[in-house]
Amino acid sequence: MKLHPIAIVYFKEARDLLRDRRILISMIVVPLLIMPLLIVTVGSLGTKMVGKARQEIPKVMLLGGEDSPETTKALRGLKTFQFVPASADFTNLISEKKIGAAVEIPAGFDAALASGQDTTVQIYGYEGELRSSIAAGSLEQFFRQRRDALIQRGLAERHLPKTVLTPFAIKQTNVASARKVGGNIAGMILPYMVVLMCLTGALYPAIDLTAGEKERGTMETLLCSPVCRRHLVLGKVLIVTTVSLATGFLAVTSNGAGLLVMKSLAGGAKAAPFAALDLDPLALAGVCLVMVPVAAFLSAVLIAAGLYARSTKEANSYLQPLMILVILPAIAGAMPGMEINSRLALIPILNVNLLSRELLTGLWHWHYIALVFGSTCLYACAAIGVAIGLYQREEVLFRN
Amino acid sequence: MQDLLVALPPREDDARKQMIETRQLTKVFQDKKRGTVTAVDRVSFSCVPGKVFGLLGVNGAGKTTCLRMLATLLRPSSGTALVNGFDVQREPQKVRAGIGFLSAATALYGRLTAFELVQYFGRLHGMEEEVLRARLEEIFALLGMNEFRDRRCDKLSTGMKQKTSIARTLVHDPPVMIFDEPTSGLDVLTARTVIGFIRQCGQRGKTVVFSTHVMSEAEKLCDTIAIVHGGRKLAEGTLAQLREQTGETSLEDVFIKTVEEKS
Repeated sequence: MKLHPIAIVYFKEARDLLRDRRILISMIVVPLLIMPLLIVTVGSLGTKMVGKARQEIPKVMLLGGEDSPETTKALRGLKTFQFVPASADFTNLISEKKIGAAVEIPAGFDAALASGQDTTVQIYGYEGELRSSIAAGSLEQFFRQRRDALIQRGLAERHLPKTVLTPFAIKQTNVASARKVGGNIAGMILPYMVVLMCLTGALYPAIDLTAGEKERGTMETLLCSPVCRRHLVLGKVLIVTTVSLATGFLAVTSNGAGLLVMKSLAGGAKAAPFAALDLDPLALAGVCLVMVPVAAFLSAVLIAAGLYARSTKEANSYLQPLMILVILPAIAGAMPGMEINSRLALIPILNVNLLSRELLTGLWHWHYIALVFGSTCLYACAAIGVAIGLYQREEVLFRN
Repeated sequence: MQDLLVALPPREDDARKQMIETRQLTKVFQDKKRGTVTAVDRVSFSCVPGKVFGLLGVNGAGKTTCLRMLATLLRPSSGTALVNGFDVQREPQKVRAGIGFLSAATALYGRLTAFELVQYFGRLHGMEEEVLRARLEEIFALLGMNEFRDRRCDKLSTGMKQKTSIARTLVHDPPVMIFDEPTSGLDVLTARTVIGFIRQCGQRGKTVVFSTHVMSEAEKLCDTIAIVHGGRKLAEGTLAQLREQTGETSLEDVFIKTVEEKS
């Protein structure tokens, strides 16, 4: 195989694509600026919204409790709630976000507590609504504290130790290193994101270099050159793969930076999912390496589909269902509990996602690495073969 | 454009050689709506250096399909074609290396400059960088293209684009030039320039095949004319021979009479 003509086509296409504003936007501006900006903006906006909601004094409604002055006095004495008059329409008021939550104290509540009878306090809220969740949570916390105080008092009166209620403690200890924990979290998102960005990056140039060439009439010009068609396709696949990888890696780098910004914005709060983000550079290198045949596979598939199309419009209609075919295994690979095995290691895209997760958590199963890398290379070669085959068929090239 | 090819050396060694020879060239397509379509039906002709061979026919006569087979863009269904001594089916790359193909469908890469585009095709033809550089300077000077050499092709006027296309076909100095309706969609001045260029190609010893449906162009340019209709070659000869065969004076009448009598 002659490399020189492939290089000529590659560098010409690179120059051509880099002069296309649409390519620059999809390859550089979107992954490098817009996506991290989106993460940081949405993240910081979310943090601000939660902070603001926590600072607000929630409106709550007290239902019943007329015969339980001790409880109602303690509750009304709290400055963390703003009580509104009781109304039978409280469920609608919560749904319409006019009040945060309502608490219903059953009849004879204080008396029941004094006599040790079983009784239930009902809290009403709007699940998933931030302000309502905060209000309901605060009400629940109030009643938990009162219950705990009653327990303590009861135990003290009966001269019983605390161990009557809790004879032993249960404690969970994380033995995985911070890097493994971080890898596990990143393994869910990162491979999916890289595959998605590789696909997005390859999409436009693949269409431009195939259906776009047909549409603009440059394909016939190119076919008049003495370079064999196999070399023309290889040059095109290589440049689309390069753009695809560049988009994927730029996206990962910029989004990684975005997550780090978020981490610092959260002040290192342990609850934040990205607080444990500490990835092994070697594992990241492994993920990058395994993405190379994936990008080549995606590029060749997109080029083959683009070649078959008569116009860019038709190519877009072919590539949309194709995108779903690629995204589905990528999503499946991000599912919790999904583990790599010999069979799954042969399913394109899914295999790479599962392997990347393993690598990021520090598991280097060499037989799976070989199986995934080898099978993906084979799929890439097969897809390139199909693209070359289509490029030789005049009924495809001159389809109208 | 007057002396466009003045610096291009004539090819004396090719003088008596049949540079293009087609025998019973046929192309059959399968069309979903029309079924089996014979676009080119057993067409045979030959072209020699220094002469302009014209394919004259209405739209859909099979001219483009025939020329695309010569340029190896399409494979013949049957029959053979030799270009510059190479078989279009067995040695397509060698055929393409020796031809310059210009048609209304051979567009330019809009995001490349005129210079980059011609340079790209020179490289695809395997030209050495030093030779290519000298050749580019020569062609750009001859065609008067230096003024817009660094301008992107999508910013060029129609005339500039056509000159760039001509430079692309000439960069590797091919012995065979194939023109498929090259004046289609061009204004009078640009079309005149192209016609002048084709004439010079013939005068300078190149083998030229030229397809058109414009009678006046064929009349002005072609040494030999083949009338094609419905994929078949109906008649072939010099303008004088065709006039004699039909008894008509104008080429238009010659064409119509031939088509009416033989199709």
